[in-house]
Amino acid sequence: MMFAAAAAGLIIPMLMALARGLIGPTLYDRVLAGNSFGTKTVLLIAVLGFIGGRPDFLDIALLYALMNFIGTIAILKFFRYRNLGVADSADIRNGADGKNGGAV
Amino acid sequence: MEMIIDLASWAFILAGVFFIFTGTLGMLRLPDFYTRLHAAGITDTLGTELLLIAMMLQAGWSIVTVKLLMISLFIFFTSPTATHALANAANAVGLRPFGVPEADLRPKTTEKA
Amino acid sequence: MRHILGLGASLAAFWMLLSGSISLDNKLVLGFGIASVVLTLFLAIRMDRLDGFPVHIRLSPKLIQYWIWLAKEIGKANIDVAKIVLSPNMKISPRMVRVKASQQTDVGIATFANSITLTPGTVSVDIDDDEILVHAITEDMATGLIESDMDERVTAMELKYR
Repeated sequence: MMFAAAAAGLIIPMLMALARGLIGPTLYDRVLAGNSFGTKTVLLIAVLGFIGGRPDFLDIALLYALMNFIGTIAILKFFRYRNLGVADSADIRNGADGKNGGAV
Repeated sequence: MEMIIDLASWAFILAGVFFIFTGTLGMLRLPDFYTRLHAAGITDTLGTELLLIAMMLQAGWSIVTVKLLMISLFIFFTSPTATHALANAANAVGLRPFGVPEADLRPKTTEKA
Repeated sequence: MRHILGLGASLAAFWMLLSGSISLDNKLVLGFGIASVVLTLFLAIRMDRLDGFPVHIRLSPKLIQYWIWLAKEIGKANIDVAKIVLSPNMKISPRMVRVKASQQTDVGIATFANSITLTPGTVSVDIDDDEILVHAITEDMATGLIESDMDERVTAMELKYR
């Protein structure tokens, strides 16, 4: 009962975050909505684990938190440098003008 | 004893859901990207941690609590990093913040005489 | 070397914690565990060599003390921002301010910038050498941050690591 209430209280904000992602208007609003949606998904997975009595759901939640963070950073990096294959910080500095994504 | 823990869990869940809802409502209501970041911050800090504390109370002393603690620590460290990356990326492409006075937007004075 | 051994030990402990069972019967799972620890150690050594400045963080009473103080600040700021969001007319007055960061090390500045971002109402947008550009949702939040002693607290804590 307790966790059912928590799940309901998470799904409504998730739909609201989805709405912000659809409305936009900028790319950054959408990424923010996606990140926020992901954080709530982590909580929802954990809550579902409690409802079903399956503690192994927490491992999935932990992994989802990891992927959510890396995904956000990867999207931002891609839209900034148009390239994900930049190896070290010197390349990033050279690529900061955004001309060729730091490819040497 | 069990009833006290249940009551405390209910309180934490209701408070957590309230803050998560408030933060998301702010994400819908506020006028521009930079101000929405602040609203998302409510969800990521207080809302998330309160809900995770409620789950820890229900789990008691077990491996589940340790895992929940790891999730909460991970979100605690990564959420400001993601927020900063977002704000920094938006600022780097010159997205103009809503309602900020002109005087605040001029670049840093770099003259060294 | 000591750092690498310590990292290996804590990674092994972490793996045991996550996998839940430490039985030696299941050789396959145990093999995966050892392989992942060794791979992570290899990546860590390679990263230290590329990066040149490994960062080691120790838990100290001062750090815990700072976290407790920060948790209080986060709670207060959350309630302030929640009030703004829930009020019918949303009285916001966004500001961009530059805050002085007196920390010497990268870890110190990162801690300060993260603390600013963690407190709702203020977000660190850009970092120069000794200044952090902060977006605040109201004028009160901006002046509150400038007047608060967060900077001194982080600097005092940072001195332990140098």
